[in-house]
Amino acid sequence: MTSLILILISALFFNGIIGRVKSISAGRKGPGIMQPLKDVIRLFKKGTVYSETTGPVFKLAPAVYLASVLVAILCVPFGHKAGLISFSGDFVFFAYALALGKFFCIIGALDTGSSFEGMGASREATYSMLAEPAFFLIMGSLALMTGHSSFESIFAALHPSSPMSWALAVIAAYIFLVLAMVENSRMPVDDPKTHLELTMIHEVMVLDNSGIDLGLIFVTGYLKFAMYAALIANLFIGSIPVGFGIPVFFAVQVLCAVIIGLNESFTARFRMNHNPQFIFTLACIALLAVFGVMLMSGQLV
Amino acid sequence: MTMNTNILHITNGSRVSVAQIPVLDYEAFRATALELMGDKARHCVTYFAYPCADALRLIMCIADDAAHDILVFACDVEKGATLASAAADCLALERYEREIHENWGLEFEGHPWYKPVRDFMPNKYKFFEMEGEELHEVGVGPVHAGVIEPGHFRFICNGEDVLHLEIQLGWQHRGVEQLMLEKKRLIERVLLAEGVAGDTSVSHSTAFATVWESLCGFQPSQEVLWARTLAAELERMANHTGDLGAICGDVAYQLGAAVYGRLRTPIVNFSQRWCGNRLGKGNVRPAYAPYAFTEALKQQLLGDLAAYERDFLEMSDKIQHFPSVLSRLDRTGIVKTEQAESIGAVGMAAKCAGVCRDTRASHPYALYEDLNVEPVVKSSGDVLARTELRIDEIKQSLAIVRLLLDNMPSFDGQMRSAGTPAADSFAIALTEGWRGEICHCAVTGADGELVAYKIKDPSFHNWMALALAVRGNEISDFPICNKSFNLSYCGHDL
Repeated sequence: MTSLILILISALFFNGIIGRVKSISAGRKGPGIMQPLKDVIRLFKKGTVYSETTGPVFKLAPAVYLASVLVAILCVPFGHKAGLISFSGDFVFFAYALALGKFFCIIGALDTGSSFEGMGASREATYSMLAEPAFFLIMGSLALMTGHSSFESIFAALHPSSPMSWALAVIAAYIFLVLAMVENSRMPVDDPKTHLELTMIHEVMVLDNSGIDLGLIFVTGYLKFAMYAALIANLFIGSIPVGFGIPVFFAVQVLCAVIIGLNESFTARFRMNHNPQFIFTLACIALLAVFGVMLMSGQLV
Repeated sequence: MTMNTNILHITNGSRVSVAQIPVLDYEAFRATALELMGDKARHCVTYFAYPCADALRLIMCIADDAAHDILVFACDVEKGATLASAAADCLALERYEREIHENWGLEFEGHPWYKPVRDFMPNKYKFFEMEGEELHEVGVGPVHAGVIEPGHFRFICNGEDVLHLEIQLGWQHRGVEQLMLEKKRLIERVLLAEGVAGDTSVSHSTAFATVWESLCGFQPSQEVLWARTLAAELERMANHTGDLGAICGDVAYQLGAAVYGRLRTPIVNFSQRWCGNRLGKGNVRPAYAPYAFTEALKQQLLGDLAAYERDFLEMSDKIQHFPSVLSRLDRTGIVKTEQAESIGAVGMAAKCAGVCRDTRASHPYALYEDLNVEPVVKSSGDVLARTELRIDEIKQSLAIVRLLLDNMPSFDGQMRSAGTPAADSFAIALTEGWRGEICHCAVTGADGELVAYKIKDPSFHNWMALALAVRGNEISDFPICNKSFNLSYCGHDL
């Protein structure tokens, strides 16, 4: 329950911080931290327009997308305090709950019959597919090291006093952060603020969504960011008391948002055909972590 | 064949009597055109038809960059005649023939592709098609997501790769050339010229003013030419800077987009301070310089340029050495030298592909004769070349502007008239807008009234360069290719 509340709070300001960092580094006044939230409220007040070519799937998709992320968030623990859903192997459930949402988002986009959205859907599917091994390999290496198989017990067993835990936690933090960027279609894989349909990935998929539906998709994006950042925070707060854990949790959330904002301010986006390479690098790093753990724990030789 | 002796050689900005233009029969006309176009130093600057008695007169002007003159020859054909296409043997003429076909109903037999230039029926026209299970089509426009002009782009893709791009323009056709004839007051005509392409208003109005003055036999004074040259270089700097920002924006490089976006402002604001319009509208008028350039303006501009230069050089150095930007620009959207030559590309599109085509050097006008502009030429033909060309041209313009300011003439602020155009005359003016070569051409009748006015914006040729550049690229790189050319829709559509 703690984690759910904290993630919901973080989601309120996560994208706002990214926006602030970008505005400040561009020397602009820029919108306030609460602007993403105001955008959603504005969208919720609007009506929804459906194109004639769309069917029920298109209407269903945004809700399923949001629900899938909410369910995934329920699995996220707060350090050694388990999430509302917790069982052995819950991280597999977590990953496929997210995948279900993405699947609906993709078929919702295909339902419009637009060539733009078809392109976006195909790109999003490809990148999600490439990102999946990275998540499982890094979770696998954590499970291998700790000997546990649920989020809560893995995180509780990560002890900052052991250098091995630290090393793995840092690698995992990097992978989760980049996964958050890939899954949310941020730079350097996608550019969230471009208006050019041909280069978009996620934005072009939701081009036909409007009003409440679009609001739900935005909310889902904010939640996903906060969720990944919560996973990163969990790597470091498993063994400390909740009272200290909460400030660390928020510090990690803010730090993640600032890093994403700085990255979007000072680098250019990748060429589309470099993206698969980049995302696959994550899986390779995770694979190295797996071998490292096996080597250290004597399971390899 | 040595037909060259029959052909009229004139220089940029000059007037001749219509009777002096040699009129060939179509067979010889076509053969002459093909023979002349065989030389790489020559390209066709305009080819148009206008009604002359009961027939149609075709006039072709071919610029010779080596000899620094323009070759003019004509041909009378009957209305509705069917002619052998010259484009079948010389691709650079294909759009001219399509235009003449569309405007005057002449048929060109053997033309490679009778695609509409401007007269386009959205629901009737059948786009180029390719068969294949794995191919898909993507149509973009005419309404775009950004605040830009309308144009339709039809891609045929294999997955992410573009096999073919067809560009259909014409949505902005306003009939500028016809209006030039219908509007009888000079001020109306100047305003029309300024509005051919709003971002190139100085160069288009300079071309119009030059044509008008030469028709009237008026020689503008030194300070008028000085003001036009300065305004043209400021226009070049402002547009190139804006484009650099837009290129950075398209690769999502926020720092570059923010810095270049900010740097464009002082240049256009200076233009407003000088003539009251940020795009330089109103600054060029036939026969006189309406806005005096004062010592105070000079000091203001020198200060603006110093501040501009510091940030511009720092930012340009950064993007030219920043891997994440370079990886997007390098080897993206290549136009090969042979392609640029065959389609008759001009301006940036040509200069980036190793074809040196700069009117300021080859057919100097205004004060460019004395400025000895050394055209910037790049050989790689990719987006990076077009980015670096802009950076280098801005540096060059900075030097030109400072040189001009050092030799500032005095302005008397007097309003003058060029007089009235001579009867039965032909005049042509080439200017180098920031996109490339602009050509304005006028013919007067027996009463001294305009009977034909032909405008050619560089975009007329260069849209084809864009279509060729994106072949084999990823469709996601199209926006950056498009932005690197930044062609004009309204300049093409007229």
